[in-house]
Amino acid sequence: MKIAVAIKQVPDTESTIRISEDGKSIATQGIKWIINPYDEFAVEAALRLKEQHGGSVTIVSYGPHRVLESIRTALAMGADDAVLIGFDALDSCGRLKVARAFAAAVRQLAPDLALCGYRAVDYDMTQRGPQVAELLGWPHLPMAVSLTSDGSSVTIERGIEGGKVHMEAALPALVTVGGSHAVWRPRLPSLPGILKAKRKPVVVRKLNELGLDPADFDPSRSKPRLVRLEMAPDRKPGRIIDEGRDTAGKAAELVQMLHKEMKAI
Amino acid sequence: MAKDVCVIGECRTGTIPRVSLEVASEGRRLAENLGVGLVAVLTGYNIASQAAVLGNYGVDRVYVLDSQELEHYVPEMYSTAIGDLIKSFEPSAILFPASPDGKDLAARLSMRLDSELVQDCVEIRCEDGTVQARKPIYAGKCFAWYEWDLPEIPLISCRPNVMECELFDGGKEAEIITVPVLPLPGRSKVISFETDNSGGIPLSGAEIIVSGGRGMKDGGNFHILETLAQVLGAAVGASRAAVDAGWRPYADQVGQTGKVVNPNVYIAVGISGAIQHFAGMGTSKYIVAINKDPDAPIFSKADYGVVEDLFQFIPALTEEIRKLKSSTS
Repeated sequence: MKIAVAIKQVPDTESTIRISEDGKSIATQGIKWIINPYDEFAVEAALRLKEQHGGSVTIVSYGPHRVLESIRTALAMGADDAVLIGFDALDSCGRLKVARAFAAAVRQLAPDLALCGYRAVDYDMTQRGPQVAELLGWPHLPMAVSLTSDGSSVTIERGIEGGKVHMEAALPALVTVGGSHAVWRPRLPSLPGILKAKRKPVVVRKLNELGLDPADFDPSRSKPRLVRLEMAPDRKPGRIIDEGRDTAGKAAELVQMLHKEMKAI
Repeated sequence: MAKDVCVIGECRTGTIPRVSLEVASEGRRLAENLGVGLVAVLTGYNIASQAAVLGNYGVDRVYVLDSQELEHYVPEMYSTAIGDLIKSFEPSAILFPASPDGKDLAARLSMRLDSELVQDCVEIRCEDGTVQARKPIYAGKCFAWYEWDLPEIPLISCRPNVMECELFDGGKEAEIITVPVLPLPGRSKVISFETDNSGGIPLSGAEIIVSGGRGMKDGGNFHILETLAQVLGAAVGASRAAVDAGWRPYADQVGQTGKVVNPNVYIAVGISGAIQHFAGMGTSKYIVAINKDPDAPIFSKADYGVVEDLFQFIPALTEEIRKLKSSTS
């Protein structure tokens, strides 16, 4: 089974986020970069299918030089090779253009199945997977918490409000991966895996090598326009309910606050 | 008819969820600003009777796509049926609920209609015909403002429990148009559907959430939170630590790799307050923290904190709430 997994590199949530001088991007010094957690789950899901069916797992990504570290991590987990979309300004061209580039890379690879995390924890735009599937004319199954295949179709389970749904699609198809660490428990790269990863092929494909016209990818005409970034206001610490009260006294006071201040009861 | 604002409504449990009414209200406000009308598209099975509700929120016309094939959300089916319909009336903007299905559909449609989409917005502004939307990014640490230049069609999904839900003055008799649904080609389908019968209040859109973390020590102890939640009319959530330990299902997880919730009150019990947890609940109107460790980071973000052993405090709190409720009823 041939599987393509699209990954994105994002700042670790522990990193301090500061807005840069231009007001439209974040300052990147001091940021620790990681694989988007949901894409990590997608790599794990792909590796399990490969273990079951044989075949290969190809990582697809884009970004500046630092993204190679995330690609090597995915290769160290067990992916076989990678395609790096060689256009640094891709992110500035708007989401639809990013999806077009990924779709072109996936089309060229001609896999049976494409996977990606359903959202990225930086900009949280939650759109790449469905957009790529729409452009390829493939079905996509959203927010999978389990993923199995018999080689000609793929079946997922997803959670919905009040229950769960099992969905199936004929291959080729795209699946966006949801759930959490508890669901997927993505494997840590082993030391032999890390060493092997250094020799696995990472192919750079420029836009024209993907069958795309570079003239269509103009960052200055990016839509919609990002006007500015703002820091969210800090939440200040509030009141510790104490004042010499015992447990029951504190409970009574909190209930008064829930009733009078928070209007919750 | 051309250039109206269009809102996409959900209806999969027999009634239109509140987030769709919030989106209809926001659509009405945007339509007034742009000087156009408001239409809605309602998709599902046996939903036609619900369409009129949207009139109460200012919708002029509801397009109803009603077919058994549309009973469950299947992306390519919904995107084909709705996409073809929308192309026929050229809206000036399209608003979606930022529910899981709403966001997924919005994404698929954005490629189909070749219009850029901004997801999970908390504010929409309109000045001189230019539409701007603000959304949280980087785990809620920042906001990003986006702007569309006409004739681009803004596609915007709206975060639940943020936009004001406003009954339209006097109500409206919305025109209902039933759209024939042609058999939809598709290579995917729903093969089974199970309800969990928990009877609990769903996390997304809950006004009050009681959430347990590592301090709960065991899955069996969550019953004290379930009792508190029942008395409060709250949903029960969990931190990643509690889910990773196998104490609660993944669907209850609140946080960066869980649900993002936006309740009126979030009560964090035995949760230390890691930034990844905060990413999922940091926009709650009020945060209450119960933790026996006075140095727990959560206290620096909580509006009300109680430094107590949760196993003593939660039953006491439940009892006090019962007392208040019986004295005011």
